[in-house]
Amino acid sequence: MTNNPTDTQVIQDCTILSIRNLNVHAGNHHILKDINLEIPKNRITVLLGPSGCGKTTLLKCMNKLTDLYRELKVTGNIFIEDDDILNTSKNIPSIRQKMGLLSQRPYPLPVSIYKNVAYGIKLKGIRDRKLIDYNVEKHLKEVGLWNEVKDRLHSPATSLSIGQQQRLCLARGLAVKPRIILADEPTSALDPISSKIIENLFRNLKENYTIILVTHVLRQAIRLADHVIFMYNGEIIEQGTPDELFNNPKSEKLKEYMVEGN
Amino acid sequence: MNRWKIIEEKIFIALSAIATYSLIAVLGLIIVIVFVKGFNALSLDMVIKTPKGGYYYGGEGGVLNAIVGSIYIAFGATLIAIVLGMPAALFLNVHLVRHKKTQETIRYLLDVLWGIPSIVYGAFGFTLMLFFGLNASLLAGIITVALLVTPIMVRTFDEVLSTIPRGLHEASLALGSTKAETSYKVMLKQGFSGFITAALLAFGRGIGDAASVLFTAGYTDLIPVNLDEPAATLPLAIFFQLGSPIPEVRERAYAASTILTIIILIISLSARFLSNRYSKTNIK
Ligand SMILES: Nc1ncnc2c1ncn2[C@@H]1O[C@H](COP(=O)(O)OP(=O)(O)OP(=O)(O)O)[C@@H](O)[C@H]1O
Ligand SMILES: [Mg+2]
Repeated sequence: MTNNPTDTQVIQDCTILSIRNLNVHAGNHHILKDINLEIPKNRITVLLGPSGCGKTTLLKCMNKLTDLYRELKVTGNIFIEDDDILNTSKNIPSIRQKMGLLSQRPYPLPVSIYKNVAYGIKLKGIRDRKLIDYNVEKHLKEVGLWNEVKDRLHSPATSLSIGQQQRLCLARGLAVKPRIILADEPTSALDPISSKIIENLFRNLKENYTIILVTHVLRQAIRLADHVIFMYNGEIIEQGTPDELFNNPKSEKLKEYMVEGN
Repeated sequence: MNRWKIIEEKIFIALSAIATYSLIAVLGLIIVIVFVKGFNALSLDMVIKTPKGGYYYGGEGGVLNAIVGSIYIAFGATLIAIVLGMPAALFLNVHLVRHKKTQETIRYLLDVLWGIPSIVYGAFGFTLMLFFGLNASLLAGIITVALLVTPIMVRTFDEVLSTIPRGLHEASLALGSTKAETSYKVMLKQGFSGFITAALLAFGRGIGDAASVLFTAGYTDLIPVNLDEPAATLPLAIFFQLGSPIPEVRERAYAASTILTIIILIISLSARFLSNRYSKTNIK
């Protein structure tokens, strides 16, 4: 890939999501400017950029949460497995189920630990109790939470620590069987140990999922990234392999960002 | 800090404290006076008997008719307020989330409805009643009081829903929940304590209002057994007895006030208790 996003050439069958000419306006404010990108399948793509450059907005376009904001005008195409989700007649919940969202701060549902994960499972239409029990356990194990919570599955989710809540939210998201995990600074509210746990989870999860990670922690980006996208002021400045971006940044902006980020 | 600042601070604290505690004192005073004045007349008969002949001239009996009538009306009206108000408040916060202007307008209109004096609802209910050829009855009373308390129900519940973190709303949608699932499984759950408060507030307002039932519910010494029968209410029982020239009857008005106050206290206490109970799993 080159640093010119318009002539990126990616082998079709390893791209899971691609964006073409995406623009987002809020009134006169041009928030995202002609975004073009490809997200490689089963890889961790890291989105980098200074605060306010539009990373969260970009993620929100991908799962159509931009719908909640009337002031945001979104144009362009976002293809997920050949569906243009911005211009599709498919129902929005089923599109959103292709993606799991982890936000900056965990938002468990106001129910028990068990019911949080069960909620995701039930959304998939599973009603059989045994199957739900089985899957709750499976997903809690997937995020390494099972041993910590198996004796208090019916306590409120809010009784967990923030780091545990974040993993619970991940388990709940996985229960919906997404293809992609959108993670918006998922460790920024966590202590170093919880952050490490999440990072390790991501490394394992990429076998089965594609991860798009927004982070402000440059070291985290270096540790995890298979593919890096650097944004500045609503534009993609550079995208490519970690080696290309971190060791040989081409733009002044990225060089500056790397110096300040370290 | 210089001396003046310290003095200024002390004066402000003193003024605020006086304002706060005098409000509490007024509440205490109301309860005490009503209790003291009604104490003599307060008896078991008051709450288990309907008025017998000559009750309003000091004869035998109680105000059970009014207690039951008031509870029926407040209960029926609250039920209607819930059936209409719960979906409305959820709709306002989930479906209309991207339509800020519409949201604001609806909230404003509901606030106006909230502010309309209850005698106006009474007059409106009376007109409706005549239009549909109804008599003053339990049903007409319930409908009128429902009109009065529904805006209260919606706005109170809505206030609570609107403080739910946007992130929770988005998390639910991001999972692929529909708007209905987000409304009834997530927002209602998180706002449930607010919902209880709203329903009980509506009940409390409904049971205590005199003007809305004045023309619509009628008045009778019997306990209504059907929706088309007239129903007595506590506020009107108080009103009628207070106007009596006979001191014992006026005393009974205070006893009836005591009963009404106790009912309202019970309602508020249960509101507190229930909303604490249901907010245990809430996210902060
Ligand atoms: N609903 C909205 N209406 C108007 N402007 C918005 C809206 N949402 C986002 N913006 C603007 O878009 C720009 C990008 O915001 P965004 O939240 O995507 O930044 P970000 O890169 O995620 O920043 P951070 O790293 O601080 O999270 C900001 O200038 C923000 O003010
Ligand atoms: Mg952000």
